[in-house]
Amino acid sequence: MLNGVLKSVQLVGSASRARLCSAPTELVGGISFKLSEEQQSLQELARKFTADEILPVAAQYDVSGEYPWPVIRKAHSLGLMNLSLPKWLGGLELGVFDECLATEEFSFGCSGIQTAILGNGLGASPLLMFGTKEQQKEYLGRLIDEPLMCAYAVTEPGAGSDVAGIKTTAVRKGDDWVINGQKMWITNGGVANWYFVLARSDPDPKTPAGKAFTGFVVDRDTPGVNPGRKEDNLGQRASDTRGITFEDVVVPAKNVLGTPGMGFKIAMGAFDKTRAPVGAGAVGIAKRALHEATQYAMQRKTMGVPIAQHQAVAFLLADMAIGLETARLAVWRAAYEADCGRRNTYYASVAKAFASDVANKSASDAVQVFGGNGYNKEYPVEKLMRDAKIFQIYEGTSQIQRLIISRELLAAAMSVKS
Amino acid sequence: YIHIINKADMAASKGLKILVGCKRVIDYAVKVRVKPDRSGVVTEGVKHSMNPFDEIAVEEAVRMKEKKLAGEAVAISVGPPQSQETLRTALAMGIDRAIHVEIPLAQLEKLQPIHVSKLLAKVCESEKPDLVILGKQAIDDDCNQTGQMLAALLDWPQATFASKIEPSQDSKQLRVTREVDGGLETIDVSVPAVVTSDLRLNEPRYATLPNIMKAKKKPLAKMSPDQLGVDLQPRQEVISVEDPPVRKAGAKVESVEDLVGKLREKGLVK
Repeated sequence: MLNGVLKSVQLVGSASRARLCSAPTELVGGISFKLSEEQQSLQELARKFTADEILPVAAQYDVSGEYPWPVIRKAHSLGLMNLSLPKWLGGLELGVFDECLATEEFSFGCSGIQTAILGNGLGASPLLMFGTKEQQKEYLGRLIDEPLMCAYAVTEPGAGSDVAGIKTTAVRKGDDWVINGQKMWITNGGVANWYFVLARSDPDPKTPAGKAFTGFVVDRDTPGVNPGRKEDNLGQRASDTRGITFEDVVVPAKNVLGTPGMGFKIAMGAFDKTRAPVGAGAVGIAKRALHEATQYAMQRKTMGVPIAQHQAVAFLLADMAIGLETARLAVWRAAYEADCGRRNTYYASVAKAFASDVANKSASDAVQVFGGNGYNKEYPVEKLMRDAKIFQIYEGTSQIQRLIISRELLAAAMSVKS
Repeated sequence: YIHIINKADMAASKGLKILVGCKRVIDYAVKVRVKPDRSGVVTEGVKHSMNPFDEIAVEEAVRMKEKKLAGEAVAISVGPPQSQETLRTALAMGIDRAIHVEIPLAQLEKLQPIHVSKLLAKVCESEKPDLVILGKQAIDDDCNQTGQMLAALLDWPQATFASKIEPSQDSKQLRVTREVDGGLETIDVSVPAVVTSDLRLNEPRYATLPNIMKAKKKPLAKMSPDQLGVDLQPRQEVISVEDPPVRKAGAKVESVEDLVGKLREKGLVK
């Protein structure tokens, strides 16, 4: 495989993440591309798990749409879930980079199952960053003890990119809050044990977004929480996406994250940790597309030779490789910045935007290499095309990513004296 | 994390002490290629991993620990610096500590089971295990000799091709079920003994991620053949290594009469 000559990134950074900045080898100046021994072990375990547990069942889950509980349970038992949870809770306290390594491997097998396995990352992020020790112990501790899922419930039927436009309300009632509203497209919506929910706590439309919302942790079994039917989506069909209705859901004050009014900042903060892993998921699809297309091109013969020997086909593979190598490095840079303790918004958006485009093009080109066979469900590549599309939509659309990137670069440009 | 053993490690107060051999070999999934000069196979840049039969041996040792039949399990590997990775895998699966007998690169290609068994025998003199479990053979050379030679050097009983290991009826020996050509043979062996693992002995576990992280802290000691006083002079010389001959195409026949006719033509049947 072309990635056999891959150079890997070694993190060299601030003392705040000393574990990741352990003595690097293959240092050239200040940069190394070598994974640490621990990272290599994680990658190997994730790769082995994918080959043994995900690849054999991916097609079947894609058809049935059933939630891949057996795979989830196995991943949980091996310690492959909830990688970033802190040691004091019993977690491995691994970084964003390690999360990306595992995500890419799982996604190679099936990005739907990968989204299910690592979907906990998004739900847990707000608690990790802003939760009290009690809240973390209660809700994150649960995830470690058992293979439970959680979900991040912000998007609504009427507001996706426009987070500030969400209409779910949270009204104070004594010491409690009462939540009313409708969420939509919530990953793990039907299987979650608890949700991070963003609701508008200040009804005054003139209040700025930075003060008008509050983040809550809501138990699934709270009366009034009603997940809808599992949505029938184009791709990542093993993942569970639903609408959720909140009807007079009473949430105690101790389930408020941070302070009332802080919700918007909390919800957005989560993305800095999760965009790079989502990019890694897209990289996994790109890698799979290249792998399948290469294998097929070496076997399929036309005009008397394997089609890999026709330049038109070989060039399609070359372009997939160009995309794969660069998307992966972009994801790694974004993860590295986060693990060094820096605000990585610019790099995270670049990585996610680019990787999702690469995944889509690679998957489409893989179908092209397979020709008529590629269009058919007996071959694995049409699934890649269907799975890839969502990467340009969720976790911030490609358009929103470009908005973020342009704002960041213009802000940087304006701060320099010309 | 490497340190040199300078005193005998305390054996567990109860249960057998097990020594498990692990060999670093080319991964089973790799398409092996012969070097252009036909002196051997290409190993540079090729994926290596623990010999599958050794994984089974490691798994058995860990299971015996879990069943409280064994107290301490030690892994040993004879090989290049990278054999450490193989030992870390064993540690991650549940082995307590590891020993690496490092072989200099120049002598690596000429290393044979006779040398390895002598090195293991020397280590057994100091470690004094009750049971040595080795993979029945390595998938690179398919020798199937090290276990047998080791038992002979130590003058210990051997139970090769084990598909089951359990205490004997009186719990004073080990009852080993062996896979032989005629079926299964069950024998009782007294300890200390050498057992070699066969395919159906068990199915090795994944090392969990937390155990992989913990393995870094488990002791890994380094030794050299000189320290052990073993001479690595090769006894064999490899003259050439070649690909197996390309399989010739067969021919399909329509009926049994055709088949017999063709066999007669080739003089294979009268």
